[in-house]
Amino acid sequence: MSDQINDSRRNFLSKAAIAGSITIAPGVFLHQTAQAKSDDQAVSSNTRWGMLIDTDKCSKGCTDCVDACNNEHSLTGFDRPTTDAQYIRKVSLVEKQTGHEISLPMMCQHCETAPCVDVCPTGASFKREDGLALVDKHICIGCRYCMMACPYKARSFVHEEIKNQTLSAPRGKGTVESCTMCVHRIDKDGIPACVEACTEENHNAMIFGDLNDPNSTISQELKKHGGKQIRADLRLNTGVRYQGL
Amino acid sequence: MKKIEYTKIKGQSLAYYGLLAGLGFMILMGLLATWYMEHNGHYVTGMSNQIVWGMPHVFAVFLIVAASGALNVASIASVFGKKIYDPLSRLSALLAIALLAGGLVVLLLDLGRPDRLIVAITTYNFKSIFAWNIILYTGFFAIVGGYLWMMMDHNMHQFKKKVGLAAFVWRLVLTTGTGSIFGFLVARSAYDAAIMAPMFVIMSFSFGLAIFILVLMAAYNWTGRELGDAVIARLRNLLGVFVASVLYITTVYHLTNLYITEHHGVEQFILRDGGIYTNLFWIGQVLVGGLIPLALIYAPGVKNCRKTLGLISTMIIIGGLCQMYVIIIGGQAYPMEIFPGYEVSSSFFDGIVNQYAPTLPEIILGLSGMAVSLLLVTFMIKVLSFLPTSLADSVTDPHAK
Amino acid sequence: MTKCFLRISLILTGLIMLFPTQGIAETPFPTIHEPEGHGVECVEDEDEMRRNHMNYILHQRDKTMHEGIRTETYSLSRCIDCHVQPNDKGEVVGHDDKEHFCNACHQYAAVQIDCFQCHADRPQKYIKRASKPQALKEQLQEVLAAKDMGDAQ
Repeated sequence: MSDQINDSRRNFLSKAAIAGSITIAPGVFLHQTAQAKSDDQAVSSNTRWGMLIDTDKCSKGCTDCVDACNNEHSLTGFDRPTTDAQYIRKVSLVEKQTGHEISLPMMCQHCETAPCVDVCPTGASFKREDGLALVDKHICIGCRYCMMACPYKARSFVHEEIKNQTLSAPRGKGTVESCTMCVHRIDKDGIPACVEACTEENHNAMIFGDLNDPNSTISQELKKHGGKQIRADLRLNTGVRYQGL
Repeated sequence: MKKIEYTKIKGQSLAYYGLLAGLGFMILMGLLATWYMEHNGHYVTGMSNQIVWGMPHVFAVFLIVAASGALNVASIASVFGKKIYDPLSRLSALLAIALLAGGLVVLLLDLGRPDRLIVAITTYNFKSIFAWNIILYTGFFAIVGGYLWMMMDHNMHQFKKKVGLAAFVWRLVLTTGTGSIFGFLVARSAYDAAIMAPMFVIMSFSFGLAIFILVLMAAYNWTGRELGDAVIARLRNLLGVFVASVLYITTVYHLTNLYITEHHGVEQFILRDGGIYTNLFWIGQVLVGGLIPLALIYAPGVKNCRKTLGLISTMIIIGGLCQMYVIIIGGQAYPMEIFPGYEVSSSFFDGIVNQYAPTLPEIILGLSGMAVSLLLVTFMIKVLSFLPTSLADSVTDPHAK
Repeated sequence: MTKCFLRISLILTGLIMLFPTQGIAETPFPTIHEPEGHGVECVEDEDEMRRNHMNYILHQRDKTMHEGIRTETYSLSRCIDCHVQPNDKGEVVGHDDKEHFCNACHQYAAVQIDCFQCHADRPQKYIKRASKPQALKEQLQEVLAAKDMGDAQ
């Protein structure tokens, strides 16, 4: 058991190292390990996890982030597109006025004041101290009010029985789910699967990091070049920001 | 005014047991439908990740809204002191409880995890209007139940008025809460409006009274009890005012949206380009549920015709269901405006009108909620004295104020 | 008439209640397979675990879910990793099989558990991945292609 965990950890660390070396090249660090948290330590609001997506580097046909996510969470499709879960999706935009084309990945924006959390009757939708919007599937009753409330269509309802879940991504019929920013990886000092894939494939369109740490790559990049929130008019203070939008 | 005598119905005819059996069968089918949907998962329904609330919610919200409206007759008697409604109060309160129970059953059985009912009623997020609704529903049962007790127990008559007032206030809050379930949704352009709450309150007046009239006429007709024209005429006039009010507030809602550029898209969708939703709005909600009933109510030739009043009430119920469908399904079918000013496409149906076709189990579940309500009423009027033995004009005396 | 109904329903209820009691009486005492690493101690005494395992798991569940505490000692996956092992035929049975470590007792005690509707019921190394990433990718691209065609119309 512990061997296995160590294995996966080692695996992951080596992957992270690769990822790191790739990003070091353009002078951007993907992830700081300075504030590494031990397993028995509770997460705190000193950290706020976020993501920055550069749409200029995101190409239209590419689905590497989506594939990585589906694989990571074992989001096996049932060939039923209307009911199959999608944590992350590629969205193509064409500006009506100018014809300007944009491609971007869309997922849970991990809002600071998340509508899904506000509306959830049981408190199953909740904000973790470190800024992640998650579903506690243990107390989710499957009312889908959060799906009505989410301005980003980020959530999926599990419409049928699921088998062969992975150990780290429990999911089951009758509850609502969405992007967790790979919380199981983050808690083990990792980075989300989508960011890892995007970086490994050398697209470098996604940066993950701590928005509360002024020295983190993501904060520095945001400070230098800025980043927009989708539907900023709602003032939800999203954790996922976009450039080139 | 004469003292009103209430009696249980005999309920020993074959027709009575037939009615019970029929409703029971409908409920059984509803349970089977639920089992089918819960066993397979919601993919067997028309609902999806885009249309997350479907036909069950149309019925459930309709019944819940109608429940608080059904209590109106009792409120008019106890709060506003209109004596002619007094003999109808017991049935009004009973119907209110029954309709709410029917609606909640549907809502509950459509949950992804109905087995977690205990979680739903023990863990609360007090910022959620949905959680508040759960409290409001529970409170409604308690208060209206208490109100019935005050009305039916001679020793408690002195409290009747006070509890009646409490029930009246509570029912207004309850429908405000139900409307706010939609009104508080910033994400979708069809909702996100404070007017949803008062709109639901006014809808409840109309739907609740329509159901009340049908139940009242059926109960008196089938048991051979006398139902005088005075009562009917009052209820009919009241219904006219309520139907007109619903049309009025619907107009205000759409006019407001038509003025706000941001909402032009959704208005065009509902009023002009929405296909089934547009048809349901104009033909179902406005024509069948509004204009025709209104014309019939004030038409001189059919003033005392019970059959016409039955038809009017039925049309209002159909129109009400259409209205719920347009609000709940239509509001979700219209694509969410995540990127204003852009043409959007994705694998997750961004930027296109979402498709929804209700499946049979969903409809059966919804209808079985109605059956639950009617079965409760049918059964209770046999067990306890809810109905006045006679509602003849000489008993209700329209000239007493 | 009413009395007659009452009687019939009472008799029916009685009949229905007979069935499960008979079923339980016939259920053999569960056999629990030895965990991996024979002789290894569980995280607490056996008696303690038999009585209170659910409390440990529940406590850990909330800590992990809400606070991100991922210590392994009382985690469900730790239970599964040791206790769910291949049987004599070399196959790992699912949670609905009465041979499954958890289900063996839970079926016997008629206590329904809700864990495995979401959680993996076996160690990671025995989990068969239904779809390969490639298959998913193809599916996604098909959907996207279908979508484009839909737009064109």
